[in-house]
Amino acid sequence: MVRISIASGKGGTGKTMVATNLAAVAADALLVDLDVEEPDCYLFFDGKELSREVVSRKVPFVHKGKCTVCGNCAKVCEFHAIVSLPRDILVFDELCHGCGACSRFCPEGAIEERDHPMGEIISLGANGLRGLTYGRLRVGEASVATLIKRVKRQLPKDGLTIIDCPPGTACPAVESMRDSDLCVLVTEPTPFGFHDLKLALAVTKKLRLPHVVLLNKTGLPGPDVRRFCEENRLQIVGEIPLQREIAGAHSEGRLLVRAPDMKRRFESMLERILEEAEKA
Amino acid sequence: MKEIVVLSGKGGTGKTVVLASFASLARNPVIADCDVDAPNMHLLLNPTVKERGKFSSQKAAVIDGRLCNSCKECVSACRFDAFSIVGNHGLQKVAVDADACEGCGVCMRICPSGAIKLQERDSGEWFVSETRFGPMVHALLAPGGENSGKLVAFVKQKAKVIANQTGANTVLVDGPPGLSCPAISAAGGADMIVLVAEPTVSGFSDFSRIADLCSQMKAKTALVVNRWDVNSRLAESLEREADLRGIQTLGRIPYDEMVPSLSATGKTPVESKDGEARSAIIDIWNKLRDIE
Repeated sequence: MVRISIASGKGGTGKTMVATNLAAVAADALLVDLDVEEPDCYLFFDGKELSREVVSRKVPFVHKGKCTVCGNCAKVCEFHAIVSLPRDILVFDELCHGCGACSRFCPEGAIEERDHPMGEIISLGANGLRGLTYGRLRVGEASVATLIKRVKRQLPKDGLTIIDCPPGTACPAVESMRDSDLCVLVTEPTPFGFHDLKLALAVTKKLRLPHVVLLNKTGLPGPDVRRFCEENRLQIVGEIPLQREIAGAHSEGRLLVRAPDMKRRFESMLERILEEAEKA
Repeated sequence: MKEIVVLSGKGGTGKTVVLASFASLARNPVIADCDVDAPNMHLLLNPTVKERGKFSSQKAAVIDGRLCNSCKECVSACRFDAFSIVGNHGLQKVAVDADACEGCGVCMRICPSGAIKLQERDSGEWFVSETRFGPMVHALLAPGGENSGKLVAFVKQKAKVIANQTGANTVLVDGPPGLSCPAISAAGGADMIVLVAEPTVSGFSDFSRIADLCSQMKAKTALVVNRWDVNSRLAESLEREADLRGIQTLGRIPYDEMVPSLSATGKTPVESKDGEARSAIIDIWNKLRDIE
């Protein structure tokens, strides 16, 4: 089993472009989109939906008949999701982490935990892939890591899995990168891309995650990311030039590897990535 | 005082460049960089830090090894799988993974030997700075940090306090990508949300989702299409979709090679003498001021 995560720090550096095209040139890859806030990988494949599962989290429901308004639930809630008024208990579902403290410590047994839908896990059968699985957060839901964990729990342990991660360096990105054999950090030679690459490197370091760099949009006038990588002994597994045709094809939802030269480019990048994953 | 928040759903659509440009055009603004886990505004505004502080809203369980008798009650009670048993038979110990811990305190309350406490942990740092366009509040979340929504709220609140003190009439907020807790936190209470979208299939899908969030939050929303000429067909689709949703399109910014060159030298497009992006952004800003 090999698990490759595609991450970046900064958004819009080309994670989805890299993940979809790598998966397309690999034989039998499972593509997993963990950018559950804005999942986009499925837009690049003609997929047939195989399954769709609603994912819920637990939120408290107070049975008013049993509740004596003692306020204990509000006292034990570290997330201020429950407010105790003189004659009533108010629950704010969006602040609840689902820890179960309120129901556990309610002396009257008046709190029942009920399912609150927070998103979906969708699996597609797609041409050229072993499969495509993605999570989709319900709009308005705040907590992302729970859904990401749920998607990960479903993943098979065998074969090649390519994971498209969300941007940033906070808990959703960390949860998506965690446990991968190799993390591919996609960056661009802009001050923003370069700065956020360094932030992403702090995360891979903290997680002790083997990582390599993929340079996108080369040719932009900006910081010398190549030199930085050399100086810091970061392996660059490939480059994608800034080209109008590439941007155009990607904008239409077309895979770049339909063009023979791009196919070769992604094949060689995948080969290097798998070599590095092997070493790690 | 008006609060204008720039969001996008999708990352890399140009939020930071658009907001920094607004900052250079606004009279007397306070700037807040609310992309706290990958902040970039300082790369364009070159701030001088005047005041800084640690941000620690996050709590995590810690075990006092002297009191713990390894009963494992915490292991089974924790819903976040933060506890595990380490060591060999005979020498087993309970360990806690601070990154997995959400700080709910259930373990602390059920531990029969009182061996668990909740401890505050650093989740980031905040800064109040001076820039060439006005005061700026920004922050940096600790790598892998949680509670970014709270740090976002903190940064926004500080910016508003400064605006009140200095009589500034505009607070300009650069939001994070995505649409979960930090984005919701950045959008809360905004007088106007400007969505920056790019004409790609991903950009269209992401715009639709963030627009859904804005309408759920009943926020006044407008659209800017960035790099519209990468795909003029999809640029039109974005504008049509916005129209259907009752979102006004403020304008289109063309792909302009000067923009990355200017960014590389820490300048906004508006600070150059000319350029297509420059004039487009100025028109957009004027339109935005007219609606207000």
